[in-house]
Amino acid sequence: MNFGDRQGKWVVDEVKVPDACGLSGFINLDGKRIGGEIVRESMSVMRERGNGLGGGYAGYGIYPDFKEHFAFHVMFEDDSGRRICEELLREYTEVEKGEGIPTRQKCEIVDPPILMRYFLLPKREKLESENLEPDDFIVQLVMKINTQVPGSFVFSSGKNMGIFKAVGFPEDVADFYKLESYTGYTWIGHGRFPTNTPGWWGGAHPFNILDWSVVHNGEISSYGINKRYLEMFGYKCTLLTDTEVMAYLFDLLIRRHGLPIEVASKVVAAPFWEEIDQKEEGDKLEESLRMVYGSALVNGPFAVIVGFSRGMFGLNDRVKLRPLVAAVKDETLYVASEEAAIRQICNRPDNIWAPPAGEPVIGRLKGDA
Amino acid sequence: MMPNNFVPSEFIVNVDHQRCRRCKRCILNCGFGVFDFQNMTTADSSKCVACHRCVIFCPEEAITITRNPLAFKEHASWDVRLRKAIWKQAQTPGMILTGMGNELPWLNIFDHLLIDACQVTNPSIDPLREPMELRTYLGRKPEKVSVSNSNDGFEIETPVENNIKIDIPIIFSGMSYGSISLNAQRALAIAAERLGTLMNTGEGGLHNELYPYANNIIVQCASGRFGVHTEYLNAGVAVEIKIGQGAKPGIGGHLPGEKIEREISGTRMIPVGTDAISPAPHHDIYSIEDLRQLIYALKEATGYKPVSVKIATVHNVAAIASGIARAGADIIYLDGFRGGTGASPAIVRDHVGIPIEIAIAVVDKQLRKEGIRNLVSIVAAGGIRQAADVAKAIALGADAVGIGTAALIALGCRLCQKCYTGNCSWGIATQRPELTGRLDPDWGAERLVNLVNSWATELKEILGALGVNAIESLRGNRERLRALGLDSTTMEILDVKPAGR
Repeated sequence: MNFGDRQGKWVVDEVKVPDACGLSGFINLDGKRIGGEIVRESMSVMRERGNGLGGGYAGYGIYPDFKEHFAFHVMFEDDSGRRICEELLREYTEVEKGEGIPTRQKCEIVDPPILMRYFLLPKREKLESENLEPDDFIVQLVMKINTQVPGSFVFSSGKNMGIFKAVGFPEDVADFYKLESYTGYTWIGHGRFPTNTPGWWGGAHPFNILDWSVVHNGEISSYGINKRYLEMFGYKCTLLTDTEVMAYLFDLLIRRHGLPIEVASKVVAAPFWEEIDQKEEGDKLEESLRMVYGSALVNGPFAVIVGFSRGMFGLNDRVKLRPLVAAVKDETLYVASEEAAIRQICNRPDNIWAPPAGEPVIGRLKGDA
Repeated sequence: MMPNNFVPSEFIVNVDHQRCRRCKRCILNCGFGVFDFQNMTTADSSKCVACHRCVIFCPEEAITITRNPLAFKEHASWDVRLRKAIWKQAQTPGMILTGMGNELPWLNIFDHLLIDACQVTNPSIDPLREPMELRTYLGRKPEKVSVSNSNDGFEIETPVENNIKIDIPIIFSGMSYGSISLNAQRALAIAAERLGTLMNTGEGGLHNELYPYANNIIVQCASGRFGVHTEYLNAGVAVEIKIGQGAKPGIGGHLPGEKIEREISGTRMIPVGTDAISPAPHHDIYSIEDLRQLIYALKEATGYKPVSVKIATVHNVAAIASGIARAGADIIYLDGFRGGTGASPAIVRDHVGIPIEIAIAVVDKQLRKEGIRNLVSIVAAGGIRQAADVAKAIALGADAVGIGTAALIALGCRLCQKCYTGNCSWGIATQRPELTGRLDPDWGAERLVNLVNSWATELKEILGALGVNAIESLRGNRERLRALGLDSTTMEILDVKPAGR
């Protein structure tokens, strides 16, 4: 089995890996579910943006039969890690169902780890004894497994959604996971171009915590302080990838601090003082945001697509140093690194544009969807 | 009879009599009385401190100052410095006094830290063509903001108040009126206003003439409480409680009565000619809870302006800083063991305290560990010599830095370390009217503005190379520093990796 140089020590304090990538995502605002082969199709035209060392997908609405359960996707280096992890899951959660993640044997993907999924709920007495909300409980459980159980890595932990990722080109990853057998209202895809890693399955995108999925193109020049800032709130950045930092920041700002996406975007892609100084007297929002959240400003080039249970958004850094294109056709919002990736799956968009630096493109499910 | 003084002159002053046109400017300019005139200019080398005032102002470039080449028998253990100290102490039983910062060749950690830059995978940014933001806010910040959604868009429910906005993360350190001249303080105040930053009164009160610069002034309240009254406390944008000073941790101060002339007496609120003695501790602060009382007394007195607490960096600085943050301070001003002073016993200046680099690292780490980093801003001072040090201090975790010695050097200071004599030929550390009058505040301000703007430009260049366009992305970003030639324990304390990793 090949886990690259992380073999036997998945959680290590090593060097951070810069990488670049291709992204594509879409959401049907009516909640209509679409097959996973569509996002594969979109990604296939951006093969040049990756180098075959990481590809992955997030699908939302794919587990309607277990939509109240947290769906854990876990990779194991070997059976011993799996045994310890499953023991831990039994101790802390009620596992409704545990099974192997279905994969296609004959394809380009080689040497997969053991891939399992568990539909589970936190044990009530554990929630009470630790005095935690279920979401925070799950975050802590994921952190615990990923930092303390050797050779185990939870790469998906949301409800009615799932992450599928591997070392390989995005199309091959889709084939490996039989993506065409799932249907979802949001799909996000990613092809990776890491610059100095042999590729580790856990390092592929999307990165996920709870319902938050992030695919990311860029390198965060402010990584060091973003990481230290997150550590103050109990996040442990174990993967040493920029994307992990992105995911945790959105989790902190939006879920825990209750900031709207539009406001959280002004934190990670802060407007310049020159612009803020032109605000009316008394409009202190942006000034205060920069004062309080300066350490959460994500500086350096990035384009991200973030999925969450009822929506999706795309965002560029404050000076737009990486490409991002958006389009709308009927009830579907598309965001991708390249226009070609959108046109490949959407013939005649109603509108197609390049979102300005720092301005989020947001799609939310309609009220009853 | 045996001579009493065994210490030979440190420097030799040489006047080229062929070039000298006997204008006597050197006699006027020297604050230390080196020169005399008897048919021709003569020099008493034993008084020379190498402040170069005569050299710079001689129109004929006739004066040269050289180190006294007198040979001492080499001895690796008995350094000449030590032998001279013993001769002096055998001559009189007093402590050896000195001025400015630590002069011993301790390891300078700043000089063992290297800054990162972008290549390929993330682009560097050109500061000449793109905005590059240095604005900094000093003060307490909430952990998060609450936002409400109205028809007009998003509104903040409780804006962040009580912070001091500075355009550049460099402020002037506290240097009292008394230790330096009023003209030197004027230059600092004018420069602070023009730069959009701050000067600090030090512990000598605020002269009436400087009240117009109040928006750019931090007023200090030290153990001697000189010049502290309600109007003074309310004059500036913040109040600083000075607990300690990097150059002399744990000890107080002494401004001799000879320097307490009328203006200083009025400003400090003490009689003319009396010694101004600052006790070693504040006698109302013997514990952290006492500090808390003074912090809140000052807040009550000022309508809750930010309160800064200045401490010398000592071994247990992280825990002390945590206590200060919890005691209600808004700013912690860390003064490292290289910090300057107008007067200090050499033994304390050279041997007490720890480097500012270490202090920033451990304080920032401790406050983060406790989840209270947002409660205070960290200002780091005591050994900031250049823009690279500013960048490194900020990357280690400081919000801003304070500069004192660098500012004085900009005004002409040659680091002769004789501030305590009150003879400063450059009109800085003196109260002799014929000397202070030569420091033109506007000229001085211009030089200070140039210096700080030059550093700001260099900082922007560094930020651009790092691929970030706001100072907050460098702040605490130790990932962008690497160590060269530091031991592994020091690197672990600094939380900085070795170059190559």
